[in-house]
Parts: sequence; C-alpha cells; structure tokens
Amino acid sequence: MNRDHIVGTSVPRLEGREKVSGQARYVDDMVLPGMLYGATVRSQIPRGKIRKITFGQQIPWQEFVIVSARDIPGKNCIALIEDDQPCLADGVVNHPEEPILLLAHEDRHALPMAVEAVSVEFDPLPAIFTIEESEGRREIIGGRDNTFKTILIEKGDVESVWEMADYIVEGEYRTGAQEQLYIENNGMIAAFEPRQGLTVWGSLQCPYYVHKALMNLCGLPEDRVRVVQLETGGAFGGKEEYPSMIAAHAALLAFKSGRPVKIIYDRMEDMAATTKRHPSRTRHRTAVSKDGKILGGTIDFTTDGGAYATLSSVVLSRGAIHSGGPYHWPSVRISAKAVATNAPPHGAFRGFGAPQSLFALERHMDHIAEVLRLSPVEIRRRNFLRPGQTTTTGQTVSDPIDLGRLLDRAMELSDYAPKKERFARENQQGSSKKGIGLAAFLHGAGFTGAGERYLSSVVGVEANKDGTVRVLVSSAEFGQGTKTVLCQMAAEALGLGYEDVRIAQPDTQKVPNSGPTVASRTVMVIGKLVQSAATGILQTLRASGLLGESYSAEEFRRACREYVRTRGELRSLARYEQPEGIVWDEEKYRGSAYAAFSWAVYVATVTVDLTTYSVTVDDFVALQEVGKVVHPVLAKGQIIGGVAQGIGFALYEKVVWDNGRMQNGQMTNYIMPTSADLPPIRVYFEEMGNVHGAFGAKGIGELPMDGPAPAIVNAVQDALGVSFDAIPLLPEDIFDALARQEVRPEHAAPAQKNP
Amino acid sequence: MSALPRECPKSEITLKVNGKRVTVHAYAMDRLLDVLRHDLGLTGTKEGCGEGECGSCSVLLDGVLVNSCLIPILQAQGTSVVTIEGVSADRRALALQQAFLDCGGAQCGICTPGMILAACYLLHKTPQPTAKEISEGLSGNLCRCTGYLQIIEAVEEAARRGVLT
Repeated sequence: MNRDHIVGTSVPRLEGREKVSGQARYVDDMVLPGMLYGATVRSQIPRGKIRKITFGQQIPWQEFVIVSARDIPGKNCIALIEDDQPCLADGVVNHPEEPILLLAHEDRHALPMAVEAVSVEFDPLPAIFTIEESEGRREIIGGRDNTFKTILIEKGDVESVWEMADYIVEGEYRTGAQEQLYIENNGMIAAFEPRQGLTVWGSLQCPYYVHKALMNLCGLPEDRVRVVQLETGGAFGGKEEYPSMIAAHAALLAFKSGRPVKIIYDRMEDMAATTKRHPSRTRHRTAVSKDGKILGGTIDFTTDGGAYATLSSVVLSRGAIHSGGPYHWPSVRISAKAVATNAPPHGAFRGFGAPQSLFALERHMDHIAEVLRLSPVEIRRRNFLRPGQTTTTGQTVSDPIDLGRLLDRAMELSDYAPKKERFARENQQGSSKKGIGLAAFLHGAGFTGAGERYLSSVVGVEANKDGTVRVLVSSAEFGQGTKTVLCQMAAEALGLGYEDVRIAQPDTQKVPNSGPTVASRTVMVIGKLVQSAATGILQTLRASGLLGESYSAEEFRRACREYVRTRGELRSLARYEQPEGIVWDEEKYRGSAYAAFSWAVYVATVTVDLTTYSVTVDDFVALQEVGKVVHPVLAKGQIIGGVAQGIGFALYEKVVWDNGRMQNGQMTNYIMPTSADLPPIRVYFEEMGNVHGAFGAKGIGELPMDGPAPAIVNAVQDALGVSFDAIPLLPEDIFDALARQEVRPEHAAPAQKNP
Repeated sequence: MSALPRECPKSEITLKVNGKRVTVHAYAMDRLLDVLRHDLGLTGTKEGCGEGECGSCSVLLDGVLVNSCLIPILQAQGTSVVTIEGVSADRRALALQQAFLDCGGAQCGICTPGMILAACYLLHKTPQPTAKEISEGLSGNLCRCTGYLQIIEAVEEAARRGVLT
C-alpha cells in the first residue's frame, strides 16, 4: 500500500501535458465528416412582436438549412428551473439578441452574409431596462408582475431594535453586470442518427443540464440523447445554463439537415447574447449600539434577472443568504427579489449572487465604522460570528472558527496598522493618495439548502480488466483541476498512486449524474462521494478474498484483473445522502443553508492617481480557511485567479448598456486585467477540516470572487476620504465624486443618531 | 445572382509552417489563423477574440510574435510560421511547457499555446527577464483563469532552468 499522502500534494495536472502542447481538443478543434456550420438570426430590438421575416434575394437560400420555432419537435423552451425561456422566439421577443431563426451551410464563409440578409420587422412594445423601471410596473414584461422570485429571511424581531439603537446607519450599494469572459467562446456540435439518437459535444459545465434541455426540446427519451463535454476553455458559470441553448440550436439544425452541425460563437456574439453576472442593488438599514455592536437591521437585496427566469431564483437565494456576511445579527429581516427587465437573461457567474450582496455589506461595515468613529478592523471584530452562534438563517456555526484571529493574521500579513498610519501622513501631499481596505466574508459550499438532496448526485468508481481504476462523474474540468483532485482523492482512498487512477470524460452515456459543476461543490460533495465509491471497490475486493488488508499497487491491480475475469464488471456507485443535522426549511428559509462555509479576510492596498484618477492595486493579501488544501498549486491558482476577476469586477469591467443591448461586447472596449495590471496577490490558507468534505475539504472556487471588490473600494475610500458605493469604479466616477465633494461633503446624510 | 464568397477567386499561397513548405488555396483575406486551423489542421492555435486583443492565436511569423487572427494569408506568402505544434523543437519551449506544468501556469488551457509562444519570444529576446519584464512581455496575452502570477512564476522558472542546462 502506498503510504505517502497524495491529497495535500501538488501532483501534475492530469490533462496538463495536452494543454501546454496544444494537443487538448476543444469543441472548435473537432470536425465531423459532412459537417455544416450553423448561425443564429437574433432580435435587434428589446421587446416586440415579430411582424414579418424577409429573406434577401441575393442569397441562394435553397443551399441553406433554415430552422424556426415551428421545427421544434418537442417543447419550445430551454428546460431549467422554470420553462419560460423559448429556444427560438415564436411571434414575440423579450430582449435584444433573442434567437429567432437558425441557418446552416457547409461553407462557414457563407453564414455572416446570410444572417445579414434576413430582415425581421417588428411591432415594438415598450421595454424596461432598470431595477427601478421594473419595480415601477409601468410595463409588465415577465415573471409575476415583473418579479421572478422573492425571498424573506427573518431572524428575531427586527422592529424592536430601532428604539434600542444608538445609531441607525443606512446605505445603498450597487454592482454592475460582469461578463465571464472565458477565453474560449461558447460552441457546440450536434449529430443525429435515427437509430442512435442525438449526440452533442461541446464546451460546458453541466452535461446533465444540457441532457435534460435536449430531451424536453426534442421529445426524445433519456437513452437517445447523449451529451459529451469536450475540453472547456474557461467557464466561471458562463457555461452553466447557456450551453443548453446552443446545444438545442445545433440539434435542431442537425435534425432538419440530417448532417452534423457545428455552432461556434464569435466573441461579439458571445458577449452580446449570453449571460452575465446579475446587476444588483442592496439597501441596508442597521441598528448599532454605541459600543459598535450590530443590534439588527434590514437588508433589501434586489437583482436584475433580465428577460427570463433562468437561474435568477437560485442566484438570488445565495446572494440573500450571504448578505449578512460573517457577522452575528441578533435580529434581521432580509427581503430579496429578482426582477425582470428586457435585457438578455443574467446568469451564473462565480460567486452566484454572493459577490453582489457581500460588496454591499462590506462597504456598509466601513460606513458603520465611520459613523461610530471606530476602525474598520474593530467594527468587524466586535460583530464576528462565533462558534455556537447562529447565522441569519438560524444555522449554528459548528466550525471552531476564530474570525478574530483570522483578522489579526490578515492585519499582520498586510502590515495594516503601520501602512494605515503612514498613508494618513503621506497623503497630506503629493499627486497620488494611498489607502488600505479590508473585507471579511464567508462562502457556502455546495447547493443551497435542500439543493444537494434534490440533486441526489451519483458517483462511480470502476476497476477495469487491465487492473486500472477509473472515476466516473459528470463533474467537468474547465480549468479548476476537477480531474486532478478527484483522481488524487480516489488514489488516496484506494491506497494507490496518483498515476494508477484514471477519470472518464464526462459523457452522459458513460458516467452517472453527479450533478452540475457549480456552487463550489465538486471537491467537497463529489470528492466525498468519490472517496466513498472508492472505498466500495476496496470492500468488494476484500470480501471476495482477492485482496488482503495491506497490498501493493501491483497486488491491487492483480486483484482487479482477477475479479473482472472471474465475476465480471466491478463498479461501485455512491449516492449523496444528506448528513444528519443538515435540515433546511425552504418555506421559511430557516436552517442549514450550506453544509460548510469557507471563511476569509482579504486586504487591499491601493494608490489613486489624482492626475488620471485611476486606481492601482499595489498589494493584495488573501487569507482563507478552507478546511483542507487538496492540491497547493491548484488551490493557490484558484484564489489568485478569483482575486484577479474580483479586481476586474471592482475597477475595470463595465458593461455599457443601450436599450438592453451590450454596447462594448469586444475585448477592445470591455477591459479585463492583463498581466501588467495586477499586484502581487499573496495567498495564505488555514485548514481546520470539515466533516462533510472529502479529507476535510470545503469549496474554494467561488470564495475569492467575494472579497476583492469591497476591500479595494474600502481602500479607495481610505485613500480619498470619499465614499463610493457602486462598482465598477472607473476613473471618471472618481473624478465626478471628487468634483461633487467640493460642492457638498458626502455621507453626512445616511447616518442618524437616535435621540 | 449569388453573393456568396465562393464567387471570389482563391489565391495560391506558399509558406513554411513548422519547418515544412506548404501550399494552400485560400481567399486573399482569409486569416492566417483559419488557414492554420482549417486548411492545415493545426488546431493548437486558438481563437479568442478575432481582433488581436487576447493573444490566444499567437504564432511566430519569421521569428516575430504576431496575432494570427490579424494576418491576412496573402501577407504570409513566403514567410516561415511556427505554431505550438512546431515549437516543441525549441529547447526553451520545452522548458517553458514543463515549468507551466510545475507552477500551475495552465488552467483551462485555451490561452496556453499563445502564452507559451509569447513567453518563448520573450525569452528569445531577454533570456533572463525580471518579473516586470515578464508581466509586460505577456500583457498582450489574456488569461481569465490564473490571474497570471503562476504564469509569470513559470517563465521565471524556465529562465532559471535555461541557465542550468
């Protein structure tokens, strides 16, 4: 038996060699014989009735395959949570870029002009574009009275605290849409054979989401739809739900033409038509005692869901649950809602609502500190959740987490106090100002509430006739290292070497449904199931007498070979069962929202240039407690990459809207950080284990997205003494605020001292 | 009347790709990127943005780093192009590939071929670059996964190993 630990070491990335040599196969690298290329005709307007579609005369249309809503064999919708999003518009459109017609041709050069030659005439209807317009209900465009979902979380009696308060601090905070900007655009290939059924190959996170959508759309049984994930060039949530749409389009063209069809979006189409992070507005009203304790408060969290419900309800849920952060609220009322507008539906993006509500909270904590003349460090310290206390949903903190100590360590690592003092002195003069800011936060791992129970994920481990072992999951690799860490865990559980374990490519015909690859769930939930399925293999081999208590890798292989030769297939399945003590009341939003939380304190140091008004992040400390670091290099990579996206969210990435359409859908004018823009990002881990995760691990994928934006904006406030409550924070916003401030000092208004 | 592009004449273009002479028939304005991927099956060169911003389609053209999405194939007539598939002949590239694996420089892998070519070009010009020279040298190649630091570390490591060998 291999006694070296594999979990906790940086083994080589499983598919790394293929990636660095250019041999890894992504969807656009795949060509099938006789394949056509597909393209999409989209709505040019935000809302209206389709009056007439005209096909321009200069195109030989007989050479094209043309698909409209009438060609859909099953139900015209992309099945997800609610079936409200059409696959192809049928008579009406509800957002710009909504798909109306599909075209395919064997010459990909022929498609752009053909798309251009289709003209769609509309009878426009009035459209709405902001949360406020949606709330105004002048036009009802979707959901129930423009609302997709409302959530109410109540703890204690918040109405009783206002009287006790020494201070009542109010604030309103906003975050903008953010594009996932995976470098590989979305793409799918579909092929249909009457006997075998439908197969799609593509860039995606959730094979079984696509599978379900296709069954529904095509009216095909489970076993006649096959979804295969190819190497996926980044996703970040952006390939959670929208791939079902593209797969559906490719499938319809493949049905009608009888040939394989490939649809690859170019960058502009991908940015304009696919999902982005939900824009949000959060309003806080908080009762605080003069010694800096939060007594209670109300939090109104509202997101813009775009034109269809898609994932808005669950994004809202995570955002609402995280809106109280890592603090103890004796009483709180969180009212959350997702509203409809005539923009393309907003969707999953790393953090899934939490970066929005945590930005608001962590800015608000600095405002409270300012009102009470306490330091941002002290206000947090006095309100941190402690083991045994309950979160806003009434979940008891069972981790032995000491957030005060985590905070101390972050302060020390970032040189917080000396820097703060030095900046205050040095900022008196010069054409640039420096500041330091922090954010404390948490992120729940796994599906919210009863989500994991509903998913009921299944994982398999099989032994093959050559003695090798293979992990079978639908969990996808798209950069995070899914394959690597799951193989590490299987190897560790089996007492084998990392190189003795393989993992299957996600393919719905070959792997069980281990659920979607989202929600920081893979390492914790799927890892635990892999561990348990692997243990099942060991037990079977031992029970059969082929394997002793201790064994070498060669003895293990021999036992597998012998088992398969004499008794046939050796496969062990493990199904998720909700651990005892994890109870969730979906009606009241009470109970254990997540099986585990990761905890973090991030500190940003910035310079604001008063000539250009640009903000540079000079140093970034990311300290987090994650249960167990399964692979140090990959874990560090997740944190650095998430922080970089968070810096973009805070300072660079602005989606410019005009009538619901993204105006800057190019990498030229939608700006993400380059290698020259980023500070040293110093990553530190603490590990206190987790009974619900494999080898003590919790989720870390989304965590690093939550903290950077508030830490950076808090640092900008520290530098300038001016408050900013919306992101992205661009140089022009800083210029405007400084110009305004000369007229009227900001921030006096929201705080009110009780008599 | 048909307005499809097939009515336009194609040109015969000869160039060297990864050391081999090839002749292709392509529209003059076809992108080098498409000729490499579609006509020659060299799919290691990736398309990210199609407008020269992301660097995923980086190749070396007569030894110079270019975005192959911005090069009309006519302009590549008579040139020598090196792609990720051909770069492995270079000792520096092998060291870079190994260092990317060791340091976590590749996550989803879609920017990696372009990043390796950009790093090769950088090390060719500056065999022992500083971290700042690396971050500036690679600033034309976007990566959304890594936050770049482990890529920079990998290039430093490859440069260090380059001295040892």
